[in-house]
Amino acid sequence: MADPVLLPLPRFNRRFIVTFDWVLLGLVVLVAGLGILTIYSATRSLSGDIQLTYHIRQAGWLGFSVAALLVTVAVDYRWLQRFAYALYGLGLILLLAVLIKGRMGMGAQRWLSLGVVAFQPSEMAKIFFILALSRYFAEVKRPFGMRDIIRVSALFLLSPLALLVLQPDLGTGLIFCFIYAGMVLIVGVRRKVLIALILSVALAVPFLGSVFWSGLKPYQRNRILAFVQPQADPSGIGYQINQSKITIGSGALLGKGYLKGTQGALRFLPEKHTDFIFSIFAEEWGFVGSIALLMLFLLVLLRGLETAQMAKDRFGYFVAMGVVTMFTLYICINIAMTLGLAPVVGVPLPFMSYGGTALVTNFIAVGLLINVRMRRFQLFY
Amino acid sequence: MDATTDRRIAHLKRTRAVLVFLLTAFGVLALRLWQLQVLGGLEFRQLAENNRVRIEKETAPRGIIYDRFGRPLVKNVPAFDISVVPEEFPGDRTELLASLLSLQTEELEAILKTKRRTRGEPLKVKIDASLDEVALVEARRLELPGVRVDVEISRGYLYDDMASHVLGYLGRLRPDQQNSDEYKHVPANAYIGQWGLEARYDESLRGKPGDRVYEVNALGQRIRQIGYVPPEKGQDIYLTLDLDVQLAAEKALREETGAAVALDPNTGEVLAFVSRPSFDPNLFSTGISSDQWNRLLEDPRKPLFNRALQAQFPPGSTFKIVVALAGLEQGYVDGSDVVTCKGWISFGSRIFRCWKREGHGLVDFRRALVESCDVYFYSLGLKLGIDTIARYARALGLGTRPGLGLVPEAAGIVPSSQWKRSRFKEPWYPGETLNAAIGQGYVSVSPFQAAQMTATLVNGGKLHQPRLIMGFPVGTLGITEFRPDILEKVRDALLGVVEDLHGTARVARSELVSIGGKTGTAQVTSLSEWKEIEGEDKGRLEDHAWFVAFAPAENPQIALSVFVEHGGHGGSAASPIAKVMIEAFTKERNLAPPGPGGAHDG
Repeated sequence: MADPVLLPLPRFNRRFIVTFDWVLLGLVVLVAGLGILTIYSATRSLSGDIQLTYHIRQAGWLGFSVAALLVTVAVDYRWLQRFAYALYGLGLILLLAVLIKGRMGMGAQRWLSLGVVAFQPSEMAKIFFILALSRYFAEVKRPFGMRDIIRVSALFLLSPLALLVLQPDLGTGLIFCFIYAGMVLIVGVRRKVLIALILSVALAVPFLGSVFWSGLKPYQRNRILAFVQPQADPSGIGYQINQSKITIGSGALLGKGYLKGTQGALRFLPEKHTDFIFSIFAEEWGFVGSIALLMLFLLVLLRGLETAQMAKDRFGYFVAMGVVTMFTLYICINIAMTLGLAPVVGVPLPFMSYGGTALVTNFIAVGLLINVRMRRFQLFY
Repeated sequence: MDATTDRRIAHLKRTRAVLVFLLTAFGVLALRLWQLQVLGGLEFRQLAENNRVRIEKETAPRGIIYDRFGRPLVKNVPAFDISVVPEEFPGDRTELLASLLSLQTEELEAILKTKRRTRGEPLKVKIDASLDEVALVEARRLELPGVRVDVEISRGYLYDDMASHVLGYLGRLRPDQQNSDEYKHVPANAYIGQWGLEARYDESLRGKPGDRVYEVNALGQRIRQIGYVPPEKGQDIYLTLDLDVQLAAEKALREETGAAVALDPNTGEVLAFVSRPSFDPNLFSTGISSDQWNRLLEDPRKPLFNRALQAQFPPGSTFKIVVALAGLEQGYVDGSDVVTCKGWISFGSRIFRCWKREGHGLVDFRRALVESCDVYFYSLGLKLGIDTIARYARALGLGTRPGLGLVPEAAGIVPSSQWKRSRFKEPWYPGETLNAAIGQGYVSVSPFQAAQMTATLVNGGKLHQPRLIMGFPVGTLGITEFRPDILEKVRDALLGVVEDLHGTARVARSELVSIGGKTGTAQVTSLSEWKEIEGEDKGRLEDHAWFVAFAPAENPQIALSVFVEHGGHGGSAASPIAKVMIEAFTKERNLAPPGPGGAHDG
């Protein structure tokens, strides 16, 4: 007999309500709400121009995201395990479609238009990537040797990476690498192999670095130059980093107060409502508010870790760990970037940055966590 | 133990590793937040404020300059600058704007590409635009976003070239001034006093510029005004000049090269100050063109030269006042001073001539002054000696700079034996005393000093600090007590110069007021000068004419000097100008004694 979990219909009974992780949902909705408030503040009109409607659109996306989360929760994750590779294949096809469309147009292309909504396939591809890796790792029960690593890399990493680099979407490509590295480490790597890997990476960096550098587009090089030396040309490439530091720093201990920030609404800080939303939040809420926000993020991540620990099988464990890894990377890289600790790589802040696809994707990822947590008891149904 | 428990334990180790990584990463972020927000908060807040706030200076209305009776001599006029905010200005309109402002397109493009500026800072593309240009730009306002017309405050001089050497002129802050402490709070491009009193009292005249504080966005567009400190108007200045006397003198000297200075002998206040030819300071108020500037600099009559203070010439016979005073004070005018003038005397191996070839005949003290007999003063000068003469000359203010602070002043020369030794390393020859006694030779004075000399004589010996601004206490540089009877004698003789039948300045006689004075003629002598001007217009061969005067003679309220370069004889060229000035002064103050046909209300 096949596994009994064949597309179970959602059953919203009492048990569902009791076991559902309301805390986690509450946390992410709270963070997304703060995001909408901050988006409004960042894009509000001061000069009597037409008020932009990013916050309203984001609120709409939030509603849609919660729905997507509930759907994700309703489907038993073990069913997802069965179709993980198929979904992964679908992700690759989507990336390829974007690439072909981009080739036919001009320049970088990350969007696919689906009638009224445009969406970013690379976002969904991440989820499918995590699911596929989790299924593979769930079935391999020994620490990884060199051969395993080469095999898994060839199987799962190379194709999406190649498609992303060709787009080019440097930020997401990097995130894929990091998620992959994080999950491989979680699976466990033999000590000798780990040392060998670290050494070879260290040796390869100068060589790969120069190849990497010559392959970069000018704007990408500028971002890295600006990170290394932001003061060199304050009106040029270092402008964004400098303005972000000014924005955050000027919040001081208690912040300027909601809607009292000046850096965003007066347009000194570019990408204020997307990648640099944290800077605007930090300006208005100060050190106290920023730390509180960091604590909210930390709670989400800890809840995810706890979920992983509670998972009833290896697949659930890896899915939860993968999601936590992904969120950790996004949050840390984004905030480090706004603080001038990392180069500007175009990574949004989960739940807060303006952007529909990312919000839906992140809520689906949270849905996976809740899914795993709910179904931790052997006899759920 | 079942497999699940084993797995959970194995997972727990990894979960802990992830947890440690997570806490470390968040710790680093929190530390960085602490660094930026708590440690750097104030500094970054200031930087954010600098981003957001733009202060635009509003020039304060300049203090008005009045004459002593509160009649304005200047007014404030707007000067228009046209500037462009490149961020708001569409690049394809460069040609249009250039044509409206009669600029070269490349020239305008170069200005718009200026590198060193903050975002949204306007760039001046046309300074001192004409009203036509302003109108053209305003009319096409909609086609020219980012183009602004700024108003600066400049000056209009109500009487054109009147007293321009005193008033001075305004000009744009020069690049070398922009960096100096003195002009620290002056907006770049502002008009400031660059010469004369406008420069000397610039700090009080210019007031305090106001601040318009705007919130601006990253494009430099004004969002709203968040603060306004109104400008403080500059202090008004009341000059000691008397507009009527000044205008009369300017008019009388209009065609001449020369100077006229009138003082209040009782206070040292300058009532009139004329240096001709003059220039129109209005030329500078809207940006003088280099053509106009070069014309001023190259004019052979040197209109920028302040003749009243910077020119020095032999005083001629006006110096006889000094010798006469010295003679009376030293007791040489005792009857034995009477000489017979036969037109010349010989001294040593030389002949010294009187200006009157046929001679004056028997000449006493009074007649010597009235008819300006040289021979009498040769003789009196010899008795006094050069050092005594020098002492009296200095007491009357000659040989020292008046100290008005307008321009570098000429000190003049009061020769003495000591002066000659230090200057030429030679002893004083008695023959030179004869020349000095009639105001020739080494003696030289500026027109201003000649007026000071007259003022000091008629007020009884008080050498006042000359002043151009009202409201300062009278300052005295030195007092020499002359005996009243001696003063009376000198005054009486000087009255005779104008009133007597044979007086050298009889043309200056006035129906309105009694005038005392002394003519002078400074010879244009030097041999080299003769050669140089050969063949040129004859006017330059003429002597310089001097006249010093005071009125009313019995109680002097005004003392003055008139100097006309190449004017000829002092009596004919200079004294009528003095008369005009004195009459203007008298009419205004009702000082005129009721004339025979006039109303008598006393």
